[in-house]
Amino acid sequence: MDCKIPQTHTSSVADEILSYVETGNASPLLHEIQHALTTLLEQGRETTIDLGAMPFAPGDERILDEVLGEGEVYATITIMGESKIRETGTPGVWRIDHFDENGEYQSRFIEITFMPDILKTQHEDAEQGLKDLRERITTLKP
Amino acid sequence: MANTPMLAEMMKTHGISRRAFMKYCASLTSLMALSPALAPRVAEALENAPRPSVIWLSFQECTGCTEAITRSHAPTIEDLIFNAVSLDYHHTLQAASGHAAEEAREHAMKQHYGKYILIVDGSIPIKDPGYSCIAGISNLDMLKETAAGAAAIVSVGTCAAYGGVGHADPNPTGAVAVSEIIKDKPIINVPGCPPIPVVMTGVLAHFLSFGIPELDELGRPKAFYGNSIHDRCYRRPFYDKGQFAEGFDDEGAREGWCLYKLGCKGPTTKSACATVKWNNGVSFPIEAGHPCLGCTEPDFWDNGGFYKPLSVPAGDYRDAGLAAVAGGAALGAASALLAKAGKTKAAQAHETVDAHDLEKSS
Repeated sequence: MDCKIPQTHTSSVADEILSYVETGNASPLLHEIQHALTTLLEQGRETTIDLGAMPFAPGDERILDEVLGEGEVYATITIMGESKIRETGTPGVWRIDHFDENGEYQSRFIEITFMPDILKTQHEDAEQGLKDLRERITTLKP
Repeated sequence: MANTPMLAEMMKTHGISRRAFMKYCASLTSLMALSPALAPRVAEALENAPRPSVIWLSFQECTGCTEAITRSHAPTIEDLIFNAVSLDYHHTLQAASGHAAEEAREHAMKQHYGKYILIVDGSIPIKDPGYSCIAGISNLDMLKETAAGAAAIVSVGTCAAYGGVGHADPNPTGAVAVSEIIKDKPIINVPGCPPIPVVMTGVLAHFLSFGIPELDELGRPKAFYGNSIHDRCYRRPFYDKGQFAEGFDDEGAREGWCLYKLGCKGPTTKSACATVKWNNGVSFPIEAGHPCLGCTEPDFWDNGGFYKPLSVPAGDYRDAGLAAVAGGAALGAASALLAKAGKTKAAQAHETVDAHDLEKSS
């Protein structure tokens, strides 16, 4: 079932208006990120903040994007729908947005880390990769 | 039938990577309102969870709960969790019928006695057990018999959790909740009319990974029912600023203001609707412009009217009608006066009355 709302001129105007609706949660969140980044640098401890765990309106998103800025790294993982991983303009602060196969949000996180785990190759996947590679090599003609 | 493959093995069989599993566990942890730091523990627990047997009993219900869960567009790993569960009896979904179906239930009960999960949707009539029977067995007897060997019971939907529409006034069948009959088993209530599909999956995943979740005073998992819809509602800032829609077509409605005055039960209703939403996270009733009905709360059908603000005492309409009767109106004209009284009162108090309220009174 496809429940996506078609993008029309009217909805883009509505989106523009909605982008100014705020809950007031952006400011305390930015302070939390500031503390987490300090902790990462001083103690090496990573922090993950679940954006789905608090009321967050489009206006808050706008403030967050404006203050954190746009960074240098942008990665898309295509498993079970897309996951968009991007480093913000504040190095060490990453946005991780998981979408389902219909392009709808599954979950949204801010990770304060030097490298998000989900970007790394997982040990089990590498093991499976090695197994698959060996099989492929054996099928090669000499 | 139940067998032993673990989720990890099934993932390999289906070609699902560890990275995909990490994504799923991160989203599931968020859904369960757990700290993101617990995601690795959720992954580890799910990977090692044994495959449980599930018996699903449907009593006085509309099949809405089953419809919701089966028509949800589940991510692949959620599908796998359902595959990981051995659904040994579900009379709506199973191919077998009659004695063959009942034999499947009896076999599962015997084979997994003390270990299976019992899921129930629908209320149980106790006024006369003959009101609702399956294969000649009353709902009451089937529940008692099946609950005896269950490790835990999940009451899915408001009917099983609190009696629901069957229990609404005047409750002609004497409908009650599972918890009013079974007293010696852990019961997890997953209310909603119907519950959000991913909440049902989440409760199952929580059971598989951490066992019985922490429950609130109404038997609901705190992870999904810990906050009121009001606290998580994107329209909450309008409530705080005192900006309310007072009709479904006024300026406030068009501007997306708070629906409190239109009868929204969000402030007294605990559910994840405002964060998890429906139809793959597309929307939820308030976002669609309709007040919350409070369907995850006991007796929400009898809560004084869906379109009456919470600040208006329940039963106000009935009081107005009784006053009209007491005033000397003939019995035949009483209902018309009741409707008129309601309309006049609404106009004076600027209270919203919809067609259904008036129909009930006329």
